[in-house]
Amino acid sequence: MPVVIVDGKEVEIGANERLNGIQVARRVGAEVPHYCWHPGLSVVASCRMCLVECGQKDAATGKIAMQPRLVPACQTPAKDGTVFVTNSQKVIDARAMVEEDLLLRHPVDCPICDKAGECSLQDYHFEHGRESRRADIQPFTSRRRDLGDTVTLFVDRCVMCTRCVRFTREISGTSELMVINRGAHEEIDVFRYENGEIHFPLENKLSGNVCDLCPVGALGDKDFLYKQRVWFMKSHDNVCAGCSTGCSIKVEENQDHVYRLKPRENPHINTWWMCDEGRYDWKHVHDPNRLLELRRKSTTSSNGDYSNLDWHLLPAELDKSLKAAGKLGVVLSPHLTVEEAYLLAKYVRGLDPNAVVAMGPIPVEGKDEKFKNGFVIHSEKCPNRRGVEAVAAYFAGKLISWEDFLNDQAASLGGVWISGGYKSAWHTDADAAKLAGVKTLVVHDCFASPLWNAATFQLPGGTFAEREGSYVNYQDRLQSFRWAIRAPAGVKVEGQLFWQLTGGSGLFRAKQVLADVSREIGYFSAAMGDIPEVGVDLKVNQLAAAGQQLAGAAT
Amino acid sequence: MAEFEPVLLANVGKDESWTRRVYEETGGYQAVRKVLGKIAPKDVAETVKASGLRGRGGAGFPTGLKWTFLPQNHPGPIYFCLNADESEPGTFNNRVLMEDDPHQVLEGMMISCYATNCKTAYYFMRCEYPLAYKRTLNAIKECYAAGYLGKNIFGSDYSLDIFLHRGAGAYICGEETGLIESLEGKRAWPRIKPPFPAVEGAFRKPTVVNNVETAACVKHIFDRGVDWFKSIGVPPDPNNPRDAGSYGPKLYCLSGHINKPGCYEAPLGITVTDLIEKYGGGIWKGRKAKACIPGGISMGILKADEFHCPLDFNGPGKFGCLGLGTAAVVVMDETVQMVDYLMNSARFFSHESCGQCTPCREGTSWATKLLTRIKAGKGRLKDLDLLAEIGDTIGIMPGTTICGLADGAAWPLKNTLKKYRGELEEYIKRTNPDGWANTEPVRALQLLSIH
Repeated sequence: MPVVIVDGKEVEIGANERLNGIQVARRVGAEVPHYCWHPGLSVVASCRMCLVECGQKDAATGKIAMQPRLVPACQTPAKDGTVFVTNSQKVIDARAMVEEDLLLRHPVDCPICDKAGECSLQDYHFEHGRESRRADIQPFTSRRRDLGDTVTLFVDRCVMCTRCVRFTREISGTSELMVINRGAHEEIDVFRYENGEIHFPLENKLSGNVCDLCPVGALGDKDFLYKQRVWFMKSHDNVCAGCSTGCSIKVEENQDHVYRLKPRENPHINTWWMCDEGRYDWKHVHDPNRLLELRRKSTTSSNGDYSNLDWHLLPAELDKSLKAAGKLGVVLSPHLTVEEAYLLAKYVRGLDPNAVVAMGPIPVEGKDEKFKNGFVIHSEKCPNRRGVEAVAAYFAGKLISWEDFLNDQAASLGGVWISGGYKSAWHTDADAAKLAGVKTLVVHDCFASPLWNAATFQLPGGTFAEREGSYVNYQDRLQSFRWAIRAPAGVKVEGQLFWQLTGGSGLFRAKQVLADVSREIGYFSAAMGDIPEVGVDLKVNQLAAAGQQLAGAAT
Repeated sequence: MAEFEPVLLANVGKDESWTRRVYEETGGYQAVRKVLGKIAPKDVAETVKASGLRGRGGAGFPTGLKWTFLPQNHPGPIYFCLNADESEPGTFNNRVLMEDDPHQVLEGMMISCYATNCKTAYYFMRCEYPLAYKRTLNAIKECYAAGYLGKNIFGSDYSLDIFLHRGAGAYICGEETGLIESLEGKRAWPRIKPPFPAVEGAFRKPTVVNNVETAACVKHIFDRGVDWFKSIGVPPDPNNPRDAGSYGPKLYCLSGHINKPGCYEAPLGITVTDLIEKYGGGIWKGRKAKACIPGGISMGILKADEFHCPLDFNGPGKFGCLGLGTAAVVVMDETVQMVDYLMNSARFFSHESCGQCTPCREGTSWATKLLTRIKAGKGRLKDLDLLAEIGDTIGIMPGTTICGLADGAAWPLKNTLKKYRGELEEYIKRTNPDGWANTEPVRALQLLSIH
């Protein structure tokens, strides 16, 4: 195995690992500061913040020959015998110089800059910069310039790392951003008409990523701008519910109010990116039209009035009503987590062992959109079709689609539980009419709809940010997450309700349910045990099982 | 040393010296006829290597050695780029060759391309040279018409196409990887190395980048032989193991405060004094010389008492300069204030910095601002220390930037501060009698206040 020496410490790397100086230094706990380098983008080695000393150890003699010049760690590959020194006086001086240079014309408007608190310039200055300022060039107030609908540029805060320019060229493949002018006058911009109006705005569907990429406060996300200081927010690992890609994300919130979603690194799914559809698609969480009251259609009034119900009375009421209704059916929404779908199906099957278990409608919009680096925004706008399908198929023996359920099953059912969680209209009046004969209709949803209005029990449900559980994405990768915010008053999130209905005591623990699911349903068997941050590939065990079957058949 | 006979400028001044007719009447295109198809490309490169020809673009890297860096038996294509993006202030030797003897350059280019197995060559010329462009374009057309370019040139089985490309006019387009980027239609940002152009250059193929004057020299090596070439110039310094010697004729651009500015051909190793006296006709108006720039402003400065400096690839280095550079000698008389020279050089480099690397982009701009303030009579003595430190950090610390522009910007600063510190101090004290002693640093905490 190749051995690299960093600051005198030997570190073994994989024979086929292609690491640079920054990455290998991390292995021994040495953080090499950098601005322009990003693992997802090409290497330009232009910021010069990551300069280190480099040399080579002679395998035969053990002698180390150091290069006289400093080298950018981002561009220097770590090979067997490569020596990096990241903490010598020469390196410290070089970092201080770059920091001083970058602050020469930087407005230093940290008190109003949105990036304050997560700005590399700020952090590195305190760690690597000089204690006094020697330039008498007056920093000035930041000039602001729009780049498109989602991103604004604070021109003077830019350190010209060109990460954003490279992103639009290498990842989104749209190339809207460029560098204009030269030397100290250069700036990031989009193509404009002579009068300054934007000709080609930054408007690709991955545009929000440039704000995450920006190591300083130059690129501001208009949606988040001046809404919240980053140090007030708490960050929660989560999974984007926008489409079947299932990007690993972070939900950032303060006092149960979501302020932004950011991508979380996951090499198996979204690497470092997420799309704007997912990034800005959280507004429904705080929509004033969200349903917040648990209600039951009056049994005495003839005009169909509803009366409010207490959540603690609900289990008994549901049991009674559904048992009396006759044959039962349950529609599992692809927005449910695996655990929720399992518990709900289990509950209904507990009441009626022959209950019909069907899938909710799968929302599809347009076609899949693929970007230059391979990132895909899927047309299937739900996070967990695969997971819920596997659960539904397990209980029903075969998969019953929403259309089949409405056309073939609905008329014969006495009680139906329909789970929703969709962000927009997902059924029509005609669909609702097909369930008109159902005696007990339980609708669990976030927003009003024809079915909601026809429901016997109206159960306000939670959104993705309030849920806990697991989603399975289009490539059969299961990711688990915990809730980021508490549901609004009046709402009981599906998981907690189903947990109670199935006889669980105390708080809902998705992990416990997933353990049951992975024991019972073969498809989920790889999810046994702890789920890593990047999720587990459910195909692994199935492939192995298929291989064993084939091998068994052959013998 | 044999008696020196100019060859590079031999045709300059003749009527219609830029035409193929005149060029061939004076023995043009004989060298290439001797080489193509008759000497193996490898041997052509070996001959150039043996001649000790060093690149005339500024760095003085051995040309033959550079060609050997190309991968052996590469399936191709291999590209050849002629660097005609001359832009160091004070430098115009390539312009003279391109305007007055473009065929000489083309012939040298043909031999160089043959030696490097290159069948497509790009002639990268800055757009500020309209006459050179017109005449070179015409010369290329004449060559195609005569069968000297295109398929099976000079009856050999070797084919070559030359494309004349006009750069947009930026100093950094002359840096070889910046040139390649520009040629590819991109912003001329120098590339990080490795890979070097010989391995991955234009359009990601092995590429040789040579200077115009270098190509012209190649032609004469095959006209007159290696021995003739090595008889001109100076042999290696036995005390300097890294000195490869400086052989061959060299074009010197004389400008500034002299009686006869111009481009002159002289052997490598001529002293500044000889150049000024024998070619330049002495300092103008009978004044005394104060200083000179030996090879373009990036090389630093020589004081008048250092004019015995030999102008070969290692001479100026012995006098605290970066090197010979483009051998553009800019002479300054006693009336020149060094603060003006410094400010002009700093302003030039900050204007031409490509902006890619932080130390160069910000450092050159900072130095310019400091010098502008000093020039405006608001200087402080501590500014000179700061300038020296900027000079030391933006380029002199090796590896600080991707290309050598920062070194070029730093050297005049460092070098002038060393040689003329007294004068600069005097200037500050004279123009800012009350404020020059202020040495209090501004505390970092002030940075964090809201402006």
